[in-house]
Amino acid sequence: MAIIETTISASSDSFQANRAGMLELIGRVREVETRTALKSAASRERFEKRGQLLPRERLALLLDPGTPFLELCSLAGFGLDTPDLARSVPGGGIIAGIGFVSGIRCMVMASDSGIDAGALQPMGLDKLLRVQELTLENKLPYVQLVESAGANLMAYRVEDFIRGGNSFRNLARMSAAGLPVVTVTHGSSTAGGAYQTGLSDYIILIRDRSRAFLAGPPLLKAATGEIATEEELGGAVMHTSISGLGDYLAEDDRDGLRIAREILAQIDWNRDLVNQGPRRFKPPRFDAEELLGIMPMDHKRPVDMKQVIARIADDSDFLEFGENYGSATVCGHIKIEGWPLGVITNNGPIDPAGATKATHFIQACCQARTPLLYLNNTTGFMVGKSYEENGIIKHGSKMIQAVTNATVPQITLYCGASFGAGNYGMCGRGFHPRFCFSWPNAKTAVMGGEQAAETMAIVTAAAMQRKTGQVDQARIDELKRGIIERFDRQMSVFVTSAQLLDDGVIDPRDTRAVLAKVLATCREADAREPQRMQFSVARP
Amino acid sequence: MSSSTPFHKILIANRGEIALRIIRSARALGYRTVAVFSSADAGARHVREADQAVAIGEPLPAQSYLRIEAIIDAARRSGADAIHPGYGFLAENDAFAQACQDAGLVFIGPSAGAIRAMGNKAGAKRLMMQAGVPCIPGYQGEDQSEQALTTEAARIGYPIMIKATAGGGGRGMRLVAQPSQFADALRSARSEAQSAFGDPEVILERAIVQPRHIEIQVFADRHGNAVHLGERDCSVQRRHQKLIEEAPSPAVSPELRARMGACAVAAVKAIAYEGAGTLEFLLDAQGEFYFMEMNTRLQVEHPVTEAITGLDLVDWQLRVAAGEPLPLPQEAIRFEGHAIEVRLCAEDADRNFMPQSGTMLAWRMPAGLRVEHAMLAGSEVPPYYDSMIAKVITHGRTRETARRMLMSGLQDAVALGVITNQRFLGACLGHPVFAAGGATTAFIADHLEALLSVDPGLRARAIALSAVLMHETAGHREHHGQARLLAHTLAVLQRLHVNGEICAVRLGPFGPHRYAVECAGQTFDFKLIELQDDHLRFDCDGVSEGAYYHRDGHQLWLSYQGLPVRVQDSSHQAPARRADTASDGKLRASMNGRVVEVLVAVGDAVLAQQPLLTLEAMKMQHVHAAPMSGRVAAIHVRAGEQVGAARVLIEIAAGEV
Repeated sequence: MAIIETTISASSDSFQANRAGMLELIGRVREVETRTALKSAASRERFEKRGQLLPRERLALLLDPGTPFLELCSLAGFGLDTPDLARSVPGGGIIAGIGFVSGIRCMVMASDSGIDAGALQPMGLDKLLRVQELTLENKLPYVQLVESAGANLMAYRVEDFIRGGNSFRNLARMSAAGLPVVTVTHGSSTAGGAYQTGLSDYIILIRDRSRAFLAGPPLLKAATGEIATEEELGGAVMHTSISGLGDYLAEDDRDGLRIAREILAQIDWNRDLVNQGPRRFKPPRFDAEELLGIMPMDHKRPVDMKQVIARIADDSDFLEFGENYGSATVCGHIKIEGWPLGVITNNGPIDPAGATKATHFIQACCQARTPLLYLNNTTGFMVGKSYEENGIIKHGSKMIQAVTNATVPQITLYCGASFGAGNYGMCGRGFHPRFCFSWPNAKTAVMGGEQAAETMAIVTAAAMQRKTGQVDQARIDELKRGIIERFDRQMSVFVTSAQLLDDGVIDPRDTRAVLAKVLATCREADAREPQRMQFSVARP
Repeated sequence: MSSSTPFHKILIANRGEIALRIIRSARALGYRTVAVFSSADAGARHVREADQAVAIGEPLPAQSYLRIEAIIDAARRSGADAIHPGYGFLAENDAFAQACQDAGLVFIGPSAGAIRAMGNKAGAKRLMMQAGVPCIPGYQGEDQSEQALTTEAARIGYPIMIKATAGGGGRGMRLVAQPSQFADALRSARSEAQSAFGDPEVILERAIVQPRHIEIQVFADRHGNAVHLGERDCSVQRRHQKLIEEAPSPAVSPELRARMGACAVAAVKAIAYEGAGTLEFLLDAQGEFYFMEMNTRLQVEHPVTEAITGLDLVDWQLRVAAGEPLPLPQEAIRFEGHAIEVRLCAEDADRNFMPQSGTMLAWRMPAGLRVEHAMLAGSEVPPYYDSMIAKVITHGRTRETARRMLMSGLQDAVALGVITNQRFLGACLGHPVFAAGGATTAFIADHLEALLSVDPGLRARAIALSAVLMHETAGHREHHGQARLLAHTLAVLQRLHVNGEICAVRLGPFGPHRYAVECAGQTFDFKLIELQDDHLRFDCDGVSEGAYYHRDGHQLWLSYQGLPVRVQDSSHQAPARRADTASDGKLRASMNGRVVEVLVAVGDAVLAQQPLLTLEAMKMQHVHAAPMSGRVAAIHVRAGEQVGAARVLIEIAAGEV
């Protein structure tokens, strides 16, 4: 037992300031997310008139009541549909996350058809591919609620068309990998989108609403002159009785969701999981609410990340590894809801000793098959003559090699700064952590804006001096301002998460719950041996 | 009869709460007890609580509790030397009293002759008139021709009441407002009398408009003593059956009580009556009373008399049957305070008080009040017997106290799984007319709409709470331990069937165990404080309280502030398949029951809503009508057959009619 003692004073000015800043950022994230939900719900009247449920209503009815739903990539594409951040609607046109359907952990994906008839939005394809990657990696059944008019032809981009093939490839791979693909086609699923339906193992079509055809009436008429109604071309009745595309005919959205739930209930997905009974664990000794007040809004101020660990670990119990060696890099064992976990975090820049220790710890965790958690709070690897002499590059490289080749699930959480090669050493997105989340205050960049500006100022001033013999200080200042603005703008989660450089922004108070879900997901996946097939389940 | 008839072991020829009630008093006097039971009651409480028990047959009363030989045989086998008939079943069957006597058993009740004399309404009326008891003008003649009866009806004057001579419990009884309706009413009363009692004979009486039902409890012994124990006011009735009884009556003055009591005592003396009996009177607005009938048994509502007199009427019955003189003389009998009893029945007030049967999933009666019942959580309410499942009795210094205690007790009562009249009883007690002591026998009919209406705020809150419970007890929680749910969660659009109506509820979780619930145009802020298997505590808009519930698959029962709510989660239920939006042509049994009559034959053309079949359940006949027009394609049942709820009875094929 090594219980971390709290050093936090919730009444201190710094705590209160941190908390206020964090709450404001959480509020901004929620406001932006809510904007998407509201925009989608603006179609309510149209949906109700057609007897349809809104996409989020469908999801809520698909999922088991009262169970957690871990939404992924909700900020995808933020600021990319319009540069006006006050008006931008993120989400990529799909809603996705890990949830429970009939007691089975599934990846669920729903077209956000309340917006733009379900067409993919900026970063939507990337989000879809990431979600599918997570599905494959975590061996999850895939349930999709499809209603998409397809790509917006007015915004056609050849690269999206070609890369879009990946999403269909992934469906085929899931099926072959033994991961059931269950699809409720709530509305249009046309042209390329028809394959989103067609490549599924179980297809549920909704009477009078589902539409699956390669060419709709206008294109058909243009192409061959044939005249046919949408219902004749690709309605639910036709597909379930004539073409054989659909397996189940549902009367309405609710009925379709019921059938999807029943399918999951029938497949005995968890037959091989060892029933471990109710998990026994103690909660942390300190209130998760206090996670709001630990991280300073200014990443230059020091933080004791053990105080974060104390608020996410079972019983605040932390067995620190190499406490007095390379102390700025903190390593050790914790449990979260009973799941053992190696955690690596930063109380300062990574120095040679810290890098060496972390490398050792990663390898030890791989030996014992203990998953790793990287709590990023780093301004990078330490620089300077003595550090170079001590081989910071080779020690850093070793750490990066260990991170890259680790054989256990690695989970990355951006808690504060994640700068420079520190991002690499701490298993940044480029190193394919199994899951990657951010706190709303997280900052990710190659370096701090001021350091970048100062660096450029020195270089530019030297060049000016060389060419003209004098330095235009006004130009230098303008250059610095520009660089700082450019760096600062891109380091916030509203940009990084928009670019899918993480899997979502979470409320720090939810950290433990999110990590527990994610660890359970990894653990289940590792224990599971799905029935692999050479080909996908093909319909006759 | 000899003056002493000692006995040692009493067989109770009854079931349910009354059997338990008799066992209690018998045991207190040192008697051993024997229960009898039908196969439907094998696990019932009265069977377990008696010293011995004997099976007497199949569920239907005619095959068990009404089988005289089986009961006499049960007494013989168990060595019982006395029989208490309770009320209902054979309690007023003179042949049974006679059979007991013939078998050498003490019948705890009056003689077969007295039962016979009072059992025939016409004869009883004649006897009472001779004894100087005021009677309602009427006709009790032997000429039962339609013509004679029509003429007599005209002589007596409308409105007029037709009653089965052998009747009771409101069966074979019809109120006729005007001459044109007489013939039809006579026919149906006779047919009901024939099927219920095997005797179509009727009597006619002037209908007293909006009377009170006042009855006098009497007791007489074989030594020539007779006393009355005051009156009971049983005016609150539905379907001519009592629902609320109280003593004393708010409409009876001490002077009137003395007059009615004296009259009743004189009557029982005149017929040399022995044991407990009740003379039922109608009391009109002018304070005139008219004899209706005499019940030669213990009444369901005897506890209110016990409450105000401090006596044990069953104890008295046993003493008198053993030949002891009455324990008290008239002048020693005192009345103290006010008592009210409600009959908790398994019936659906919203559907014309239709009797209900099924499993009582949760059962919890108010602490500190007298409750007579034989239920346990998990008990069956069989479809074969009376729908009354409990009596709740309060006794207060004043009527208002007794009424308040009873209303509060009803709010605490939990009876989930079978629809009961719990809330309806509360509404009756709370109605200003009842509160003012002004209820007549027309009370329920006159105020039915108000009595059936539920405070919309309470109802909405109950539905909102059900929605939260439906979500929280879905059974998926256990897989997720105590883990905190993510703060950011999707709202659920629940669709609930509440007592048959569809309600859309939006459940917006905004934190662990906290919900903004939108329902019926209102928004409630719910927070779950504590959730047990059958009980919860919650906070709704800042007020915290508790409620009981039972979850059973997609169904949830909730008891909130005395309002039982049955909720079915149909969130995933699709509308009927579009291909067959009309009826599927199948007529299904609306409840468990026995087929009385099939009114059509295969091949008959029928119109939608045309009666096709009659089902009898819980003593009531239920007409089943054609779900659509067409021809009868198949009949799957025959008269006399017992059928389960939802069983397909008749199939109609669409087509030319």
